[in-house]
Amino acid sequence: MSESYDVIIIGGGPAGLSAAYSAWENGAKKILVIERDRELGGILQQCIHNGFGLHHFKEELTGPGYAHRCMELIKDKPEIETLIDTMVLEITQDKTVVAVNPKKGLLELHAKTIILTMGCRERTRGAIRIPGERPAGVFTAGAAQRMVNMEGYLPGKKAVILGSGDIGLIMARRMSLEGCKVEAVLEICSFSNGLTRNIVQCLEDYDIPLYLSHTIVKIHGSERVTGVTVAKVDERMQPLPGTEFDIECDTVLLSVGLIPENELSRGLDLKMEPLTSGPVVDQRRETSKPGIFAAGNVVHVHDLVDFVSEEAEIAGKFAALTAQGMLEGELKHVEVTTGDGIRTCVPQRLSLPEEGETLRLFMRVGAPEQKVRLEVTSGDTLIVSKLLPFAKPSEMIALNLPAEKTKLISGDLKVALKREA
Amino acid sequence: MAVEKRALTCIVCPKGCAMTATITDGLMTELTGNSCPRGKKYAEEEILAPKRMLTSTVRVLNGELALLPVVSKSSLPKGRILACVEELRKITVLAPIAEGQVIVTNILGLGVDIVASRSMPAAEKD
Repeated sequence: MSESYDVIIIGGGPAGLSAAYSAWENGAKKILVIERDRELGGILQQCIHNGFGLHHFKEELTGPGYAHRCMELIKDKPEIETLIDTMVLEITQDKTVVAVNPKKGLLELHAKTIILTMGCRERTRGAIRIPGERPAGVFTAGAAQRMVNMEGYLPGKKAVILGSGDIGLIMARRMSLEGCKVEAVLEICSFSNGLTRNIVQCLEDYDIPLYLSHTIVKIHGSERVTGVTVAKVDERMQPLPGTEFDIECDTVLLSVGLIPENELSRGLDLKMEPLTSGPVVDQRRETSKPGIFAAGNVVHVHDLVDFVSEEAEIAGKFAALTAQGMLEGELKHVEVTTGDGIRTCVPQRLSLPEEGETLRLFMRVGAPEQKVRLEVTSGDTLIVSKLLPFAKPSEMIALNLPAEKTKLISGDLKVALKREA
Repeated sequence: MAVEKRALTCIVCPKGCAMTATITDGLMTELTGNSCPRGKKYAEEEILAPKRMLTSTVRVLNGELALLPVVSKSSLPKGRILACVEELRKITVLAPIAEGQVIVTNILGLGVDIVASRSMPAAEKD
């Protein structure tokens, strides 16, 4: 294999594969995708449920089905190489990628541009500090998903799930189908953090109770989990004394959030955003370091893989054009700031040409809202506004800004919610 | 004439539209809140005879992995989902398997095939 590339992509999940295809479509001649797992596809391979791809492929697919579509796109293209079983250890400032592979040993690969698509990982028990014993039987929902869907093990027979994120809800149904009794799903927030459709088809269909504003205050068991003590929490998420009750179980699954996997980004000293835990990117998904792009869950955790692919295609396109020296001209840089009601917005900065550029903002609200107006302003100028009948923290909001509107941007952009009178 | 209102959450796509159906004598006569025709179809079915897609796994021999994920070609009666899973537990297939390959034809006589949702290459011999 060659040692220098137009574009090297770190991570062969949906973001990496979509980025590779887009880089190819945009003329990059030497593209390499590096994946640490034994096959491409990323976490989709263990997400065997359906519901993927309606936006991106215009059909409803399972996770492996979506991964397969992505792999078909890059197959038989001499311009795209893939390396599986390969772990990237470091990316240096001069865009050298240091990686190890069991057959090839230590590799040093050079790139004109790099796209970071490492995805995210799960928060663990340690991250949320659940008190109690330290018995076996406490798993992250994703680890349990891999066991049940790929390896052929059932983690337990009687489970309590902490957190109502989508993986937790999906696993509540999956464990039920495989003969495990799911006693309850507990959510510390006063609202669910999963998609509404998953509450219906994963919990209600299987008569699994969802306790909002509840959390685990103690895990019991010396060798194996024997049960949990649950309590109601107040509005500051503190357990309320006197509300405790016990649930007997042998397994606790945690679906308590995802963290973008950014060790390599930090090694590169990229500017990071504390709220998304991902690198700061512009609308082309270029990070604070020229030639280093990022897309997908490594930038901010998505709820739909379709949006991951969309974002990765943007990164792939601009990485390819940059590698070919096809992007010229002065760019105007502005920051995107969030105001009332909006917790995060990606991109966090814009690099706009004179004639403007069509782009999309991806936002999350801080708390559930109804009938609010989303306003994008630059100074005193209203750029775009949109009425949102509903907005939930678990569902990312996408807003289009056409080029003729972005042309009007003079200073920093602000996105905020305005409550209807 | 018995008229009732029922709140439904559409599960066809991740958008999850909050819909309200007016049901007159067991049939849906009005629907609000859906944003596409698929929502209407879902609501009609959900009221008359609820259906769900099924995804699960079957055991695979000689494959790169121990399990093969499978999916129903179309939705199945909600009340028969557990019986279908029970049926799938009895199945063992032999790798290699191609994506979309039929694993069970006409499961439990319900008129729906169960197909592989990924390809499964045969394990490499060391």
